Amino acid sequence: MTENRLVRGLRPWVFPALLIGAFEWYARRAAALGSDALAPPSAAARAFAGAALDGSLWQATGFTLGTAALGLLLGAVLGIALGLVLGLSRRAARLGSVTIEVLRPVPSVALIPLAMLGFGFGVRMELAIVAFATFWPLLVLVQAAVQQVEPRLLEVSRVLGLSARERAFKIVLPAIVPRLFVALRLGVAVALVVAVTVEIAANPNGMGYAMMIAQQSFDPALMLAWLGWIGVVGFAINAAMLGLQRGVSRRMGAAP
Amino acid sequence: MNGHAERRGLERLGALGVLLALVALWWVASNAGWVSRVFLPTPQATFASLLEGLNLSGEGGGELLAFTGATVGRMVQGWLLASLAGVLLGAAIGVSPVVRAWVQPTLEFVRPLPASALLPLAISIFGLNPGMVLFVVAFGAMWPVLLATVHGFAAVEPRLAEVARCLQMSRAAYVWKMGLPNAMPDILAGMRLALTIALIVAVVGEMIASQSGLGQAILLAARAFRASELFAGIVLLGLIGFASNALLALAERRLLRWQQP
Repeated sequence: MTENRLVRGLRPWVFPALLIGAFEWYARRAAALGSDALAPPSAAARAFAGAALDGSLWQATGFTLGTAALGLLLGAVLGIALGLVLGLSRRAARLGSVTIEVLRPVPSVALIPLAMLGFGFGVRMELAIVAFATFWPLLVLVQAAVQQVEPRLLEVSRVLGLSARERAFKIVLPAIVPRLFVALRLGVAVALVVAVTVEIAANPNGMGYAMMIAQQSFDPALMLAWLGWIGVVGFAINAAMLGLQRGVSRRMGAAP
Repeated sequence: MNGHAERRGLERLGALGVLLALVALWWVASNAGWVSRVFLPTPQATFASLLEGLNLSGEGGGELLAFTGATVGRMVQGWLLASLAGVLLGAAIGVSPVVRAWVQPTLEFVRPLPASALLPLAISIFGLNPGMVLFVVAFGAMWPVLLATVHGFAAVEPRLAEVARCLQMSRAAYVWKMGLPNAMPDILAGMRLALTIALIVAVVGEMIASQSGLGQAILLAARAFRASELFAGIVLLGLIGFASNALLALAERRLLRWQQP
């Protein structure tokens, strides 16, 4: 019985361990043949420890996560507000539909040069692109969530003679909380991906840039360390958001 | 009935009106100089750049058409490769519960990794060339298809699997006749997401690796402060995104017609 549990606990780690082992062997062989394009994972681990000790790791991680969070906040507030309006009024939804259909498919990375031109490098350009990228999914998901609010709740609000604002804050918002957290989880994933992408493509700050610089200065060990770290950070944040979302929907009494 | 259709037509017109009002606002804001024209070109300048770039103004020498072709080609090739690899790998993993149990945690770990984060790694392995960008596009776009296929196979009704056992179907027949049709809605949803990712990674790849395409074109336009050309490029990228999404939604509706009652 205990042995069974041991196998189950170890099982997720076997495949990555095999992959890393194979990579280690391959990279060492390549290095022995004189290639400096790759580094074995053991060297990447040493480079990671170095970056963690001299503080550059935390500084870049903080920049990326902070900017992604601020951009998400901006995009989410705007997206939720407009989603509420479009969800509550069918006429507004139909009037806005063509504009949204035209603007939404613009890939967020296409705005990188524009943000560069308008804001220069730094926090603001990344913020603007993250906000643009997270605005659309939140808008669409919140609008759909509002449209699926139990019609009887809206009838109650009409019978009670609530104003539009009271209806939004007292009836609709509480009713969509579980779905709102699903949308926010998606928004967090999008924000992280877009933030790192902006840093890789243009913005000289944060984790993406640190990785790019490691590649350009022929330090494959450090580059792999950053790649692994970006993966771990993304996984941890997504897992935390999933936990939060499940907790919220359990407390709100919805099926997980 | 007639009045209903008439109202819908009116609303469609109104929706177009909202879009036109936004363009008019853009026109006023840029022409009256509320926003510096360095950042916000006038709509007519953007339109002129678009015409010139697409060789529609009759002067020739515009390169936007070739750039658009290059970007669309990269996106579509990468997407097709990603779909093929994603479905094949996903079917191989998804068909066996044992493989699924050992491999799926790793897949879930890789899923949130930004596809563009693989660009530096791919550059140091393959160097700066078109094949490298194509590889990253395909690799980044593969994950949604792969995970959707695995999920689709895992969600096959157990009774169907029992039927397959009773009929003594071979594994290949099971995959072809039960697994794939069941996973089809998931696969198509994954492919739609993959197409979006393919466009994004193609543009980022062109920006970083200096491969000719719209990504490089808009970056160079911004560096040279040619805002109208930058906007023309953004408009084209938006059109690509819009058209590819619309085509895929259409294909999805046709392919999944059997699902509707």
